[in-house]
Amino acid sequence: MKQIPAPFWTLILGIAVTLISLWVGQNHNLLPVQASEQAPLVDDLFNVMMTIGTALFIVVQGAIVYSLIRFRQPKGDDTDGLPIEGNLPLEAFWTAIPAVIVVGLGLYSVVVFQEMGGFSPGGHHGHGAMVAMAPQQSVIDVAPLLLAQGLDDDTVFGKTQVYGFGASPLVQMNQPDVTVNVTGMQFAWIFRYPDTGITDGELHIPVDKDVQLKIEAQDVIHSFWVPQFRLKQDALPGEPGELRFVATREGTYPVVCAELCGSYHGAMRTQVIVHSPEDYADWVASRVAEATPTTTVAQPIEKATDAEYLAEIAPDLARSPVQIAQTGLVNH
Amino acid sequence: MAQADVSIKPTELQGGHGHPDKWKWYDYFTFNVDHKVIGIQYLVTSFLFYLVGGFMAVLMRTELATPNSDFLSPELYNAFLTNHGTIMIFLWIVPAAIGGFGNYLIPLMIGARDMAFPKLNAIAFWLNPPAGAVLAASFFLGGGAQSGWTSYPPLSEITANLPQTLWCVALIMVGTSSILGSVNFLVTIWKMRVPSMAWDQMPLFCWAMVATSVLALFATPVLAAAMVLLLFDINFGTSFFKPDAGGNVVVYQHLFWFYSHPAVYLMILPIFGIMSEVIPVHARKPIFGYKAIAYSSLTICLVGLFVWVHHMFTSGTAPWMRIFFTISTLIVAVPTGIKIFSWVATLWGGKIRYTTAMLFAVGLLSMFVFGGLSGVTLGAAPFDIHVHDTYYVVGHFHYVLYGGSVFGIYSGIYHWFPKITGRMLNETLGKVHFVLTFIGTILTFTPMHNLGMQGMPRRVAMYDPQFAHLNQLVTVGAYILAVSVIPFYFNVIWSWMKGKEAGPNPWNAMTMEWTTDSPPIIENWEVLPVLTHGPYAYGMERADEVGPAGEPLPTSRP
Repeated sequence: MKQIPAPFWTLILGIAVTLISLWVGQNHNLLPVQASEQAPLVDDLFNVMMTIGTALFIVVQGAIVYSLIRFRQPKGDDTDGLPIEGNLPLEAFWTAIPAVIVVGLGLYSVVVFQEMGGFSPGGHHGHGAMVAMAPQQSVIDVAPLLLAQGLDDDTVFGKTQVYGFGASPLVQMNQPDVTVNVTGMQFAWIFRYPDTGITDGELHIPVDKDVQLKIEAQDVIHSFWVPQFRLKQDALPGEPGELRFVATREGTYPVVCAELCGSYHGAMRTQVIVHSPEDYADWVASRVAEATPTTTVAQPIEKATDAEYLAEIAPDLARSPVQIAQTGLVNH
Repeated sequence: MAQADVSIKPTELQGGHGHPDKWKWYDYFTFNVDHKVIGIQYLVTSFLFYLVGGFMAVLMRTELATPNSDFLSPELYNAFLTNHGTIMIFLWIVPAAIGGFGNYLIPLMIGARDMAFPKLNAIAFWLNPPAGAVLAASFFLGGGAQSGWTSYPPLSEITANLPQTLWCVALIMVGTSSILGSVNFLVTIWKMRVPSMAWDQMPLFCWAMVATSVLALFATPVLAAAMVLLLFDINFGTSFFKPDAGGNVVVYQHLFWFYSHPAVYLMILPIFGIMSEVIPVHARKPIFGYKAIAYSSLTICLVGLFVWVHHMFTSGTAPWMRIFFTISTLIVAVPTGIKIFSWVATLWGGKIRYTTAMLFAVGLLSMFVFGGLSGVTLGAAPFDIHVHDTYYVVGHFHYVLYGGSVFGIYSGIYHWFPKITGRMLNETLGKVHFVLTFIGTILTFTPMHNLGMQGMPRRVAMYDPQFAHLNQLVTVGAYILAVSVIPFYFNVIWSWMKGKEAGPNPWNAMTMEWTTDSPPIIENWEVLPVLTHGPYAYGMERADEVGPAGEPLPTSRP
């Protein structure tokens, strides 16, 4: 790279690349709106990677294009190029720089991961913060059989590794404001509110409150994802998952299944409605007044097929999962 | 040295009956032990499977031109996405890059008359066509496996049982083939180099194949084990992965990815080797940083064994694992960066010839920079949580597998076709092929990143209508890619029959395979060659014109 032009031009190019990269890192508009406390943390990390990535991209592609033009074979010249076999300082340089960058990114990732609550899934329920339990327990531990115990059984969470994102370090000792049990099944999400007995096909939560989702799967693996929250956790049969977050922006956002779960996987979509505190209270009151869904929940669902089970609870759902599944086919 | 003893005497081939002077066309359809025949068998079959997998991709992209499921049934769509991935990985890139180029080139590059175990080599190849037949059969016996190329239980255990079983059998066959091939490569490179060739005079493609083979030997048996367990769960009532009977679904994911992450290096390391051969020849310069490139292959091989959990960041993965595997994954960027920078430095100061082989190699370089950078973002767990299992991932791995591996295979074909067939490919058709492929690749795989970040999950037959426009763009790109193969296949078939005679060394290259006829005679050389110069000694006859330590003199360039 010694033929890079005079230092002046190198400096100008360096400044230009830096400015472009910084601008791209902040103005790429690639990510959807931020609607949770975790979202800005994730986006800041991505923006940093985008900035570094843009700079590297411009420099390397620039070097390639420059070489292709500058060092093309002159007409009629069949001789060889310069026999340069290496340059130790240069090679050390381009080994060290990426090494420093990736170590820095790694450390930054750890910080973001911690602030997101990544180190404390399962740290709640009056058991205190169980941050330390993670490494020792092998994932091979057989989780207690979820369905046999009933879907709402808290003891599952006390005994075994919980996967996902728990409380952020700031609120680790606090109980969450709202707890929702989330069950994935082919091809719908069921949301149950143990405090009020509400069952719904959409997730309703209050804004600016500490919400905990306990995520389970009934049949195959699903994955709970709200892009605007930047949070995702697989719903694994037999392995409890958790997402704990504070929604920071009122609105309606999609809930997407992100793990292939069968033929209508693409139609396994519903929505999360982030209410103002008053609206949320109204919604809870109206749903509690409506019905007593606890009878259906108490049934031994493991004996029912998915279809029978869905038929039982379908009236409780704001939008039938069967309808959800069919919209993909029927709506033209 | 033992080389004279292990080289195969004519009488040992074909069960002691000797061999003809030249293979006839039908010899290529038999259990032939010549490494060159086997290499061609691998290449031709893999290029056929490439069309099958590509056809499935075109049908899927047609389905995805609209948000609703209105072209294929959802079951058929899932069968296509499963088998598209399976075929493209196990019956296209792996057999083409490792089986095809590896078998054809390694003995020629190191001055051997054949591979160390020719019969084993033929067995390894002949496991592939039946594996493809088994996959094809799975479509007619129950609609094909539908649980993705990852085939996670419980879905894979409750969906389309017979096709899923056949899928497992096919993977065990190609896995076995891969293990047998790897042993053969290692022993051949270790034992059968011409006596005059030291380790650091070996072409870098051979180094890449050493790393590839070690990786395959460590990882592939684990995949085979996972397949056997899954097959038993489906058919024989075991419950390794059945959560309601004491099994664990996450264990399968560990077994699967312990192989399948290294598998991406299996698909790219040989391609890196091809890059290191093609670029110096067409840039007319020695490879920059021979040792750094060789060692970085070995580093990728080593680190690559310890990154598999980054495919499971949203699964049943403990916090410490998410962190450990974030760090280990990011580290892979360092040796990969060394290679990319070294190739760019090889271009720098060269006299670059715009051959189609070189265009694809430089195109790969360009694509891989993008795919590598998006790979780093995926390595960071907090961001991966958001884009895991979305189109961002689909865009990323197609950038490195299509923009990387497939570009590399094309580059290798344009480069070595004259050696393999004795005839030149048509360069004009080649350039049309390159331009279509380059545009198609960017158009198909770039918008996928936007889709994933905005919220579109992967493996869906129906999607939110807000994503329709970008998906239509992707579909147009996919059609361009589909069209791009037409000039290529036409070129290959036509040139093989009627192309210009190539002569032994049309590129004026310096590695050993170019010292024999094109195509080489059956035992490669009449008399084993003697190494007189390194593999990349371009411009060396003018060595007195350059300053100390390889520093170029400004006047030596026109």
